[in-house]
Amino acid sequence: MFDFKVTENAGEVDIVLKGRLDATVAPQLHEELSKLEGGDIKKVTFDVKELEYIASAGLRVIVFTKQKLGADTQIIMKDVNKDVMQVLEMTGCNNFVTIL
Amino acid sequence: MMRIDECPTHELNGIKYRCGRVQPFGASIVGNSGINFSVFSKDATYCELVLFHHGMKEPFIRIPFPEEFRIGNVFSMIVYGLDIEELEYGYCMDGPYDPEHGYRFDREKILLDPYAKLVSGRNVWGEEPDWDDPFQHRGCVILEDYDWEGDKPLEIPMNDLVIYETHVRSFTKDESSGVKYKGTFAGLLEKIPYLKELGINCIELLPIFEFDEFENSRVVDGERLYNYWGYSTVCFYAPKAGYAASAPLGLAADELKNLIKQLHKAGIEVMLDVVFNHTAEGNEQGPYISYRGIDNKTYYLLTPDGYYYNFSGCGNTMNCNNAIVRNCILDALRYWVSDYHIDGFRFDLAAILSRDENGAPMTSPPLLESLAHDAVLGKCKLIAEAWDAGGLYQVGSFPSWGRWAEWNGKYRDCLRRFIKSSAECGPELIWRLKGSPDLYGNRCAEASINFITCHDGFTMFDLVSYNEKHNMANGEDNNDGSNDNDSWNCGVEGETDDKEILSLRHRQVKNAAGILLLSRGIPMILSGDEFANTQYGNNNAYCQDNVISWLDWNRLKKNKDIFEFFRKMIAFRAEHPVLRRSDFYSGENSSGYPELSFHGARPWEFDENSPFLAFGFMYAEPAVDYGTVEDAFIYCAVNAYWESVSFELPVIPDGMEWETVAYTGDDKAKYDKAAGNSVTLMARSLMLLLGHKRKSTRKGGKKNV
Repeated sequence: MFDFKVTENAGEVDIVLKGRLDATVAPQLHEELSKLEGGDIKKVTFDVKELEYIASAGLRVIVFTKQKLGADTQIIMKDVNKDVMQVLEMTGCNNFVTIL
Repeated sequence: MMRIDECPTHELNGIKYRCGRVQPFGASIVGNSGINFSVFSKDATYCELVLFHHGMKEPFIRIPFPEEFRIGNVFSMIVYGLDIEELEYGYCMDGPYDPEHGYRFDREKILLDPYAKLVSGRNVWGEEPDWDDPFQHRGCVILEDYDWEGDKPLEIPMNDLVIYETHVRSFTKDESSGVKYKGTFAGLLEKIPYLKELGINCIELLPIFEFDEFENSRVVDGERLYNYWGYSTVCFYAPKAGYAASAPLGLAADELKNLIKQLHKAGIEVMLDVVFNHTAEGNEQGPYISYRGIDNKTYYLLTPDGYYYNFSGCGNTMNCNNAIVRNCILDALRYWVSDYHIDGFRFDLAAILSRDENGAPMTSPPLLESLAHDAVLGKCKLIAEAWDAGGLYQVGSFPSWGRWAEWNGKYRDCLRRFIKSSAECGPELIWRLKGSPDLYGNRCAEASINFITCHDGFTMFDLVSYNEKHNMANGEDNNDGSNDNDSWNCGVEGETDDKEILSLRHRQVKNAAGILLLSRGIPMILSGDEFANTQYGNNNAYCQDNVISWLDWNRLKKNKDIFEFFRKMIAFRAEHPVLRRSDFYSGENSSGYPELSFHGARPWEFDENSPFLAFGFMYAEPAVDYGTVEDAFIYCAVNAYWESVSFELPVIPDGMEWETVAYTGDDKAKYDKAAGNSVTLMARSLMLLLGHKRKSTRKGGKKNV
């Protein structure tokens, strides 16, 4: 089961991810985040406290967000649990997201 | 706008599909929800796509390819609505079963796609597979959209390389490595700062294509032995999942790509040791994994009565110069260069690649020529192990088209013998130092990959610690592994606390490394040699997944002097382009001196055609020729004799003076101008000196080491 919630306020976007972000649900999140436009957005924070699973398709949504919004937008991952942290480390995604 | 060919035309048990595209082969994502499956078979009369949920024994569907889905010898279909993270796939094929005529179709076997980009079934190294599972090596689909952040192959000039050969698992598996993800691509990544400190700029990985560590696995004296090195490919397009910490999540490709990207950021190229000469399917008794069930007669060299030729020593031989197999190999290499940014390849038993469909060597093998001239491979390095198990030995004569370099086995043998005082090897050593123009005279020195040790044989420290191989742990009564090691134990076999012997061993390791890094040609170092790693005398650790193979990083601290020597010599090589010149020039240059000259105990007095154990060699490196900061002379005195030897140094121009850069002896000797224009080297030692402007006359410039 996967759920997400996106809120935008004054150039900051908060995205809460819950459950399993797998290939079957990643397109929904991708579609939602496609609506974001760079320039005005300075910070995107993924709250992953309740994220249980992320792999290939899920990581690509994060990478996509980074690419779409450009280098001036900071990508943050908050409350990263051990499993998710390992995925980020093993694939190098920790190199371009700020871990809080 | 929706494309017409994105609409399914067929449906079976809720799975929708349509006729696919013949190219590219393999499984590739098309549109928003389709996967195109395309597979070649010349002789199959029936083909079925078999789809599994991850790890399930039974497929959730089998979809026969309708006749209209076959074009020529290619079956293709697009299937919609599949979850790629959960999907595993294979093929069943039918056709004649007539081994005498080369046909081995078996409709019951589920076969791996030769073009699978990822293979599951061995996701966690050494985890016992379910042997009842009828489908052991399963194709997976990956998203081929990695974010390289502007990275590309580095294209470091070949003559600037210092290659470091290592095994992904051995490198960090031992607890002493101190990394988090031991024995994996992610673990290797954690060691990048170390590699930078050492100074190498190219890492060559033992096979990382998917292989089965359980192939010929057995238990000997309670120890499980594996197909550890992996010279037995299951799939040419898939990274070895068991080398990826993230493989259980299907992220092996991403983990490897991240490693390559970070190595490139550190200025280190990545070269792969690739095995195209045979596959993991073995001989007539071997398993059906892929090729033999898909098109046996195409993929393998077969005898007239249908048996497998065995030029590889591993049961079968790939039919490399068949047009289909040739394209498969080319496609694979292009894929690794374009999708993984691989910088070069070393081809295992490459002489096989020059054999025709009957096994006879060809003068212009189409595969090698295609590789040499391929557009995508145009800037990548190609290195041959120029011999095979069928007796074809092509060192110096490998068909190269000016593109191929070779592992120079003659360099290895000559240097090993010389440093243990085989004076008769002296004259040959002169050729080896020059870059082996006797072998590569019609090419260049960068065709010669110079090495003393590699994965196959003793480590450098074992080379000076063992007279004989000690391979009992391999369970073959010590019959495996080479008996011709040209090693010398320095007085006692194996580990010892004897300080004199240990000191001699350290000197010998440095002597060998010193000559290697001062030779023209491309130096290759076996990982761990820089801190005297040992395999305890095992010279064929192909099956040892334990401390025999795993690098013991505790030895780095213990043997810091050896590490520092390697580091210093690699840095010295990087600072002096004259050492890296590739055209064999040794005549007079702008300095007025021969660019590379050889000397006896007295300068300019040397008979290089008679046996010797002590000699000097000097490079003249004028700044105007090489664009360096200042003129330099590089003189190396080598004493492989068992007593001390004095060397009178060559006279260098006024205003210049000699300075000792490195000395492998224990007596702290160094050049002292006040003591005369000579140096005395203790038994079995080497001294490197740099001739440069006197400090008082220097206008500044870089310090050399």
